[in-house]
Amino acid sequence: MAKELIKGNTAVAEAALRAGLEAYFGYPITPQTELLEHLSLRMPELERVFVQAESELGAINMVYGAACTGKRVMTSSSSPGVSLMMEGLSYIAGTEVPAVFVDVVRGGPGLGNIAPSQSDYNQIVHGGGHGDYHVIVLAPASVQEAVDLTGLAFDLAEKYRSLVCILLDGSLGQMMEPAEIPPMQPLKTEIPDWAVRGTDGGERRFLTSINLDPPDQERLNYRLMTRWQEIEAEEVRYKGYYLDDAEFVVVGFGTAGRISLSAVRAAREKGVKVGLVRPITLAPFPNTILDELAEQVKGFLVVEMNAGQMLEDVRLVVRGRKPVEFFGRMGGVVPYPDEVLTEIERLAAGPLTTEGHPRDRWLARMDKVLE
Amino acid sequence: MQQEVIITGFGGQGVLFAGLLLAYAAMDEGKAVTWIPSYGPEMRGGTANCTVVVSDEEIGSPFVKNPSAVLAMNLPSLDKYEKLVKPGGVLVVNTSMVNREVERTDITVVSLPANEIADEAGSKRAVNMVMLGALLGNLDILPLEAIETALAEHLPARHQKLLQTNKDALQMGAKYKAVKVSGE
Repeated sequence: MAKELIKGNTAVAEAALRAGLEAYFGYPITPQTELLEHLSLRMPELERVFVQAESELGAINMVYGAACTGKRVMTSSSSPGVSLMMEGLSYIAGTEVPAVFVDVVRGGPGLGNIAPSQSDYNQIVHGGGHGDYHVIVLAPASVQEAVDLTGLAFDLAEKYRSLVCILLDGSLGQMMEPAEIPPMQPLKTEIPDWAVRGTDGGERRFLTSINLDPPDQERLNYRLMTRWQEIEAEEVRYKGYYLDDAEFVVVGFGTAGRISLSAVRAAREKGVKVGLVRPITLAPFPNTILDELAEQVKGFLVVEMNAGQMLEDVRLVVRGRKPVEFFGRMGGVVPYPDEVLTEIERLAAGPLTTEGHPRDRWLARMDKVLE
Repeated sequence: MQQEVIITGFGGQGVLFAGLLLAYAAMDEGKAVTWIPSYGPEMRGGTANCTVVVSDEEIGSPFVKNPSAVLAMNLPSLDKYEKLVKPGGVLVVNTSMVNREVERTDITVVSLPANEIADEAGSKRAVNMVMLGALLGNLDILPLEAIETALAEHLPARHQKLLQTNKDALQMGAKYKAVKVSGE
């Protein structure tokens, strides 16, 4: 297969379709719309289901219904639209049906803007919908990785009867890069033993998220949580750069991760022994590698396009053993590599502390950055 | 080896397509490449720009503050990006749309009346190709032939009759070589 130059949004759409997507339900919103647009052309061509719903609420509930058939189904949106879907996502989690959704994150809160952001981290990784559930969250940093993770998303969703989110940001959605999209896969033919499949005279199957008897609900919760333990043990993915001799480590995902890679390379050229951990699964979070690095390095720098949401997960792993500093830009502002380089140099120069909160120190510095 | 190019001008000057061609050519040459447009609401009727990064290794940031080259297709673009070109970098200026001299003395400046050259090549709309040609004539990023190949493959079908015009525009732009500007 030759590489093609393709936009992130379009690439995810085509990759989903080739992975056997049978039904898509969505509602347009920038900076995600090309994904829906591409499927609006391709799905009817292949005689598969494409519905532009009346709203995000409609779309996610159509996904819920379609997911109950055991077919590969998905939706996509951007931050405010995903907020609207939270009730339906919780119902899907509570019914234990597999579904994939894409969030192309934009600046917020509120209507915000259409610029790239990572401020949905907490909403996606730490819930958003009600109840005890987890979403497997995949965070690509390039168009090729987005393609690869899209195929994986459907496999994981089915393996664990789980929600899987592909978390992009506006720039990954809009950026073009060469990528190789895998060939078309045949559609699934077997129906999972839990799925509803029409009245063909067989045993009755019943899918719901209502459990009026609390002990029943507790057993469901227990099943979800033990399944999550399995996911934590099996499905962690990250990419490490320059870690072997690293004295300092930057942690960043998605676009912030690749911007940090430029900064790390520039710092290396200046002789700073710094590495990078780029989490690919945000949930489950790559705790083990960060735990090991906490024994190896002198300090961490977390870089995000938000006010320090993943920062708290890094701090939970490091547990005060080493200083953790933070740098972020918010509201749709994307940091340039030189800003991250400055922060790496600040980290390397010291003095460092494990006292106080890194967000407070960052906010004090931001005062000078804001125009 | 990494080069970063920002192409900037009015919407309608072919800014995004010029960047795309560069990206296609880079991909076909086996390079890593990113192309990212400005996609804000300011695009409509206003300025447009795109950033293209071409590299031999995995590309970090697709966003670049200080690019190794800027193609400034009009005056607002020159005003905004002249100061951002990396020292030693290349600034290509469309003098047809600019009424002042470049002030920087630590960069290579290529000045050319791209509108008039495009007209001479056969189409006013080939101004983006003239500018791209001038870049390739002055920055060791990709061979001109790679762009010509990409052009033949990716010029939209409805514009294929303008293929030769676009190739001519590229060649005419590439003939313009940098002049050292004097700071005095």
